[in-house]
Amino acid sequence: MTANFSQLKIEAEQEWSQLVNSSKAWIRIGSSMCGQAAGAFGTSVAISTQTSSRKLDVNIDQVGCIGLCYLEPIVDVLRPGSSSRVFFGNVSSESIDGILQYIETGKLLKDQVNIIGYLGEQEIDGLSSLRDLSGFNLQQRVALKNVGNIAPGNIQQYIANGGYQALNDSLELGKPDEIVKVMQESGLRGRGGAGFPTGLKWSFMVRSPGPVKYILANCEEGDPGAYNDKGILEGDPHMLLEGVLLAGYATGASNGVVFIRHGHDGPIDRTKEAISQAYSSGLLGKNILGFDFNFDIEISLTGDSYVAGEETALMESIEGKRAMPRFKPPFPAVSGLWEKPTTINNVKTLAYAPEIIKHGEGWYSSIGVNRSKGTVIICLNGDINKPGMYEVPFGLTLGDIIHEIGGGIPNGKSLKMLQTGGPLGGVLGKESLDMTLDLEEMSQAGAILGSGGIIVADEEKCAVDMTRILVAFCQFESCGKCFPCRLGMVNLLEIVERITRCEAREGDLDLMKDVGQNMQMGSLCAHGQLGFNPIRSAITYFEPDFISHIKDSKCPTGSCEKLVYLPKNTRALGEINRENQDKQYIPINNII
Amino acid sequence: MSEQKIKDEINKILSSPTDGTVTVLSCLLLVQDEIGYIPDEAVEEIASFLKTSINEVWGVATFYTNFRFTPPCKNILEVCWGPTCHLKGAPDLISGFLDKLNLEEEGDSKDKDVSVRYNTCLGACQQAPVISINHSLRGNVKVSEISNIIDFVAD
Repeated sequence: MTANFSQLKIEAEQEWSQLVNSSKAWIRIGSSMCGQAAGAFGTSVAISTQTSSRKLDVNIDQVGCIGLCYLEPIVDVLRPGSSSRVFFGNVSSESIDGILQYIETGKLLKDQVNIIGYLGEQEIDGLSSLRDLSGFNLQQRVALKNVGNIAPGNIQQYIANGGYQALNDSLELGKPDEIVKVMQESGLRGRGGAGFPTGLKWSFMVRSPGPVKYILANCEEGDPGAYNDKGILEGDPHMLLEGVLLAGYATGASNGVVFIRHGHDGPIDRTKEAISQAYSSGLLGKNILGFDFNFDIEISLTGDSYVAGEETALMESIEGKRAMPRFKPPFPAVSGLWEKPTTINNVKTLAYAPEIIKHGEGWYSSIGVNRSKGTVIICLNGDINKPGMYEVPFGLTLGDIIHEIGGGIPNGKSLKMLQTGGPLGGVLGKESLDMTLDLEEMSQAGAILGSGGIIVADEEKCAVDMTRILVAFCQFESCGKCFPCRLGMVNLLEIVERITRCEAREGDLDLMKDVGQNMQMGSLCAHGQLGFNPIRSAITYFEPDFISHIKDSKCPTGSCEKLVYLPKNTRALGEINRENQDKQYIPINNII
Repeated sequence: MSEQKIKDEINKILSSPTDGTVTVLSCLLLVQDEIGYIPDEAVEEIASFLKTSINEVWGVATFYTNFRFTPPCKNILEVCWGPTCHLKGAPDLISGFLDKLNLEEEGDSKDKDVSVRYNTCLGACQQAPVISINHSLRGNVKVSEISNIIDFVAD
């Protein structure tokens, strides 16, 4: 039977109102990967055992990450009769008792529990609102609006909070072109790193012939320092599914594939669950919501390979092959997955679609600056007081992010480096704190915003050491298809390692530039083209660090003297080349 | 296990119902999930199951770094060496774990029954340095905890 949306919505709203107005307290436990790493599963088990031994009748849900990862495991409680949730941070087995006492008596035992604040209409005595926290008030949550608030495994909670409304309205209107038009007007640009206008990308696919066309949602997310795609899938997978459905309807596609790295069990399980719920509610399959629109979504898993996140390599991986980029043209919109027209979008990009369509023209484009419209999800980590996942509008400065939201550098130290946009992005110095969060401004400075990861390093860290790890990562993950990248990365790593050992040779910096240039010209995908980026930007901002290693044979911070462990095939290649140590470097241009 | 027995088991795994598209990669992931590694027999069976060449299957299996070709130890310890974890002290952690397990580099510690693998990013950089023990994440790991972690796991 195909469900009618208004009926689904009425049922969902009833369910939701019963839940929030229930005579039982509602406990939500942050259980994303950040929560898990902090011990959320243990907390969850302890809460269930203790509530049942105290004969406390409560509703418990495991929810996504509210963004304040430094306070994980986070537990929040909505007491019967109250419209505000109280958030408890760093919950340990000792503090559970305090939380349960709050449920039983309404009293907050501040010496037993770490109370973050409250969230909701009703003020709670002695507590401040979460919205007044500096990490919160600069945020504007669009793609993350439900994350941490609803149970990701419950489609009704998503519908009750406005979910699938945009899809239903679009199907009712029956004008797929209108969706593409609104997306183009919104100014949304791909959040995977390249920043290509999403509406324009969709419009390419509209013209491609069917009937089989694909929408791929990319959650490979191999970037160290980024976890926002996984954050969306773990906290609100239906938002992504609705985005895929909207993209599918707008472009006349028939199938969707959600592409996730194998091993990230949380996001995988949540998405699987959401897909099967959507099928049983008539939101996927044939005649969706009773309209003449058929669409199927499946999950495809990839093995460990960073390059698999590149759009053409991703299609190779879904087809079960080695994840190596394809030549373009033909472009995916003409011939992509299984040689059918295909559009590939990042998970974040697709998750924006439902809200953009719901609000219509003029809303999303009014947020942000210049050509960077809307909001961006920043993953802040490293040497920072408040690591987390924050959704902010474009136009804030990096200083706002580091100091206001991130709470500055721990232990009274000062900021030295910012590494943005994943390992192919750049390393920035502290002078960049005035820089605006703007795709163009950042790429002009030699960094990219990429998928939104920002790794912070304090004054005790060495720029050369950081560069070594970034280059080692890029070398380890080069797929090997194009030789300038395959060999160039090995060369670059070898030279950077030599510099860390203070054994640099005359002309090493020029040699790296030369190799980097060749990689940029001779590689098929961004991995090789941008592979030199970390070194170039590190030299720009931290030349004294490099000079100190090369000229004074000294690592200013001592970080480079530590033994660094790299995977076997990263190191072995470096050693082969050491035999040629006395050979002199002749720039390639001189030979030609 | 005898060759035939492994083959039978692989075939049982391959013929179990799945909801996604079946490819060389999806079969390899399935086998590794079930038995922890890719035996030679699996490569042959997958090739014949999907009517493709053994070369093709080997090509895919050796490309993705998560596949291993020998049986793993009972416990799997993954330590992240990504940039964030590196800044937050991963090198000390790795050297601590290797020392405790009498290993020189990533590999299998026979006496403690722990396989150590370096991972490029475990996806919880907020809690760096991160390790994963038998696929369960653990963040903010301190060098002082290494001994306890291994004793607990190896027990």
